[in-house]
Amino acid sequence: MTMPLPPFSYVTPSTLEEAAAILSDPERHVAIVGGGTDLVPKMKRRQTLPSTLMSLAQIHEMHGIRIDDDGNCIIGASTRLSEIAESSLVPAVVSAAARAIASPQIRNTATLGGNLCLDTRCNYIDMSATWREASGYCLKDGGDTCWVAPRGDRCWAISSTDLAPVAIALNGSVRLMSTRGDRSVSAENLYRNDGISYLDKQPDEILIELSLPPLGGRATYLKLRRRGSIDFPLLGIACAVEMDDDGLCVSARIVVGGIAPAPLRATDAETYLTGKELTPQVIEEAAKRTSQPFRPQDNTDMGSRYRKWMIAVYAEKALNDVAGDNV
Amino acid sequence: MADTFTVIGRPGPRVDAMEQTMGRAMYTDDLKLPGMLVGRLLPSTQAHAVIKSIDTSGAEALDGVKAVITGADLPITYGILPISQDENALATDRVRYIGEPVAAVAAIDAQTAQRALDLIDVRFEPLDQVRTLDEALAHDLPLIHGEGEGQNLHRSAALEFGDVDEGFGAADHVREDVFFYKGSTHTALETHAALASYSADGKLTLWSSTQVPHYVHRTLEKVLEMPSGRIRVIAPPVGGGFGGKTDPFSHEIAACKLSMVTGRPVKITLNREEVFYAHRGRHPVLMWVRTGFESNGRITAMHFKTFLDGGAYGSYGVATLYYTGALQTSTYQIPNYRFEGVRVFTNKPVCGPKRGHGTPQPRFALECQLDKAAQDLGIDPAAIRLINAVEPDSMTVNHLRITSCALTETIDRVVEASGFSSKHGELPRGRGVGLAVGAYMSGAGLPIYWNDMPQSEVQIKVDRGGGVTVYSMAADIGQGSTSMLATVVAECLGLEPSDMNMVTADTDLTPVDLGSYSSRVTFMAGNAALDAGDRVRNRVFTAVADKLGIDPEELVARHGRIEVGTDSGSGMPWPEAVRLAVAASGPLIESGSYRAPELAGPYRGSGVGISPAYSYSACVVELWCDPDTGMVSIERVWLAHDIGRAINPLLVEGQIEGGVYMGLGEALFEEHAFRGALHKGPSFLDYKTPTTLDMPPVECIIVESDDPEGPFGAKEVGQGPLLPVIPAVANAIHDALGVRIDETPFTPDKIVAAMRDVSRGGTGRIGPDRVPDFEFPPLTRVEPPDGFGAGFRAS
Repeated sequence: MTMPLPPFSYVTPSTLEEAAAILSDPERHVAIVGGGTDLVPKMKRRQTLPSTLMSLAQIHEMHGIRIDDDGNCIIGASTRLSEIAESSLVPAVVSAAARAIASPQIRNTATLGGNLCLDTRCNYIDMSATWREASGYCLKDGGDTCWVAPRGDRCWAISSTDLAPVAIALNGSVRLMSTRGDRSVSAENLYRNDGISYLDKQPDEILIELSLPPLGGRATYLKLRRRGSIDFPLLGIACAVEMDDDGLCVSARIVVGGIAPAPLRATDAETYLTGKELTPQVIEEAAKRTSQPFRPQDNTDMGSRYRKWMIAVYAEKALNDVAGDNV
Repeated sequence: MADTFTVIGRPGPRVDAMEQTMGRAMYTDDLKLPGMLVGRLLPSTQAHAVIKSIDTSGAEALDGVKAVITGADLPITYGILPISQDENALATDRVRYIGEPVAAVAAIDAQTAQRALDLIDVRFEPLDQVRTLDEALAHDLPLIHGEGEGQNLHRSAALEFGDVDEGFGAADHVREDVFFYKGSTHTALETHAALASYSADGKLTLWSSTQVPHYVHRTLEKVLEMPSGRIRVIAPPVGGGFGGKTDPFSHEIAACKLSMVTGRPVKITLNREEVFYAHRGRHPVLMWVRTGFESNGRITAMHFKTFLDGGAYGSYGVATLYYTGALQTSTYQIPNYRFEGVRVFTNKPVCGPKRGHGTPQPRFALECQLDKAAQDLGIDPAAIRLINAVEPDSMTVNHLRITSCALTETIDRVVEASGFSSKHGELPRGRGVGLAVGAYMSGAGLPIYWNDMPQSEVQIKVDRGGGVTVYSMAADIGQGSTSMLATVVAECLGLEPSDMNMVTADTDLTPVDLGSYSSRVTFMAGNAALDAGDRVRNRVFTAVADKLGIDPEELVARHGRIEVGTDSGSGMPWPEAVRLAVAASGPLIESGSYRAPELAGPYRGSGVGISPAYSYSACVVELWCDPDTGMVSIERVWLAHDIGRAINPLLVEGQIEGGVYMGLGEALFEEHAFRGALHKGPSFLDYKTPTTLDMPPVECIIVESDDPEGPFGAKEVGQGPLLPVIPAVANAIHDALGVRIDETPFTPDKIVAAMRDVSRGGTGRIGPDRVPDFEFPPLTRVEPPDGFGAGFRAS
């Protein structure tokens, strides 16, 4: 049998204001549920025991994809990943990243908001209650030790969202709303490099939508995973470059996901690329510089050594993708 | 004969296909009885500990909880092998692995059962854990079975056939290699489930997703201290077994006990994590193999050592140990052979039989070493296999009787279909082909418990309207055994398989079949069905011949009629013939049986590996391996299989494809990995099996050698085709990139590490370097069989 779900109540507000009010109620432990593909297994494993699940599916303005008057692509947080995967309104790199997430069945129910806010993952915590008791509870689980790096005092659970690296590479931003009003945060600043407190979002804030400015150059997303479907990224590299008419790089944004509690920019490589032609030698050097600062931990499929190796390999593949005819 | 068959050899869907594909077949977890309770097992969170106390009072006091039982309620030990009666359904004084059941509850619903488990307070006193082979062989850790400290040895074996030292002396080239085969599990989609109902008149019925209702029946008799005549075991359709449902399990016994205590039906369905802990999967095996070759590639001697990490209990382990040494000789003429093996206990889930039972591990080692030797000697990989290939109607040095054998043809066919010879060593970097072969038993020659009775019995009852009901205890686990039985009987009686009414796997209704394991059902139950079918047909023929005043020899059963000679439309319809037979000689009920011939050799351990017939497989894998990422993409697989005779070619192809699928999973993804004694990822997200997108096209080549003793010449296909797949992948990776990954699975990190080793001037080999310095028992020296060697050595 499947593991039984703990008891909870379920609410479906039809307006944002109503939703924000429910979320701000200090008497309730509310979890926002989109497709539930991450939250429901977590509840079955008793990693989280919210008293109330709040679905945002009835709030119409949170659905769908549109282009605003300034040419920004606005994607509602309740939009299904399958819709993004098939959309011609979103940049091709976004639909490609969406297609790389999980499986067709999961994409048919999982949402953009759920993927952007995906809880950090670790193979010491995404386990059943029995397993965690046998292992000993970790930092993220109310314990006092991180089993990944036991001498440290921080949590190394991994950011495993495929869309966040792309949103950051495209210089996107998200809109957060609460009873206190709403605010816009850059996608990059939404994430914190801390496996426990991994989002710069208050508990009473709802992520409403993602806004992506018009793409000025080329972009790509490459995902490393063992199988053709289902798996979370062992590594995800999003890369966006703008070139001038002389074939020199005006700006480069390289974002590495799946190796740390947040998707991280390879700023040294980005700076190195600026003003340069993307020759094979330059790409190889930039790939090395992309890899250099990062230290993947041994807390997902495949060891840390291999994933470290693959950062440079994938960065080179990604840069070759965006260099296109320039190489 | 072949051209006279009507339904044998005709491809078609299974007789139960529509019910199952429409979702209407009732699997064990689909069954519901009035008043049924939900049962759950409390797993141990300790790998090795003494149970100081279990307080169940909190759980018992919870509203909705109807019973809580512990090891004290089920004190009698059991185990699948008579020599390994070392398990309790619920741990009594000690726990030996994480996930071992220590208590069981029955409650009105799943949430109450979960709360009841949370309320059971178990106090443990931890013991030092034994987590690895090396730790098991240490002298200063606690004994997992027994008191005090010492080596945690389960069983060891040391056998020599012929004169190995002399064989090595005659060799022109000797290779020594070390290999490791990682443990894996079955991943049947249906998790184990059991529903028990104890009636007011003191009779017990258990529905269970088991491959072996007969052995479960015997175990319940023992542990419940009830006469087996008061116990009924039924296996509904089983959603995959692969060896994972061939032991008696805790949840089966606990469900029975809980039903007896509460007087209500109790169902326990394991969740996926619990299945990973129930396990009984592939043993991790460390192997050392030394083989001598003549310069032409002929094998002069082989010395094979295996080290099995068995987990916490015996299970089939003694048999598994011998299997790691038994079938090396089934494919190659090895004139002198020494086998030494040891199985140890560790504080991990119990290993047992998985598709190929103990033989995929040595097959991987053997086929990879042969490839290396071929390279050393400058011989083609196909040629070195052909020059050593076992021949039909021969004896192996370890006393296996080989009858039908189309090994050579399977190699030729797969080499030709794949273009192996023009591709091997010739494809661009990153692309490669690999070849390997294998052989498997068509049923273990001996039953699990010693007895003189048939290994399979089948009964046929024909009603007065001509309806035929076939009764067999064989459990259909998805392999299609029910269709096989229907087809065999239909062929005998001139009817269609879909006309047969099948009653299977029910200890009250069906005569004994030992179960769906060791690839035995087609050969053994098929022969029993053939025997029963012949008896029914003979009675009908006698009655019809009397009526027509002709010789029964002139009659033929075909197309629903009993006809005379080749005269179509002559004679009479089947129902009329049946009524004649009933009138002439009483109820038309017949039974048939099968027992394998005496095949055991003159040594202890010879019961493992013997079989009335062996299937043969050859496989070529073509793949692409990215040199930068180490990611392997299997492009195509060709697999030729000597089935003897394909009773239903569609089902044969299904088994071949399934074997290839499982083999590719073990080659590329699957590993029962542990952190200490804790399973690293007991879920289908962490334990990776190939998805649809990872599965290549498979070209199945059916080779028919017409076995002299198989039903209509048939042999097995359930397990054999898996065996060559794993080494074929390893050999193809070597062909693609020049690296040798001598341990499964061939993951991208190992391949990249090997590539980096090459770039630093290394050999590009990844794998273990040594085996433990273990003192095996004194060798038992066994004379080769009479006449052995006559046709073996041409030179």
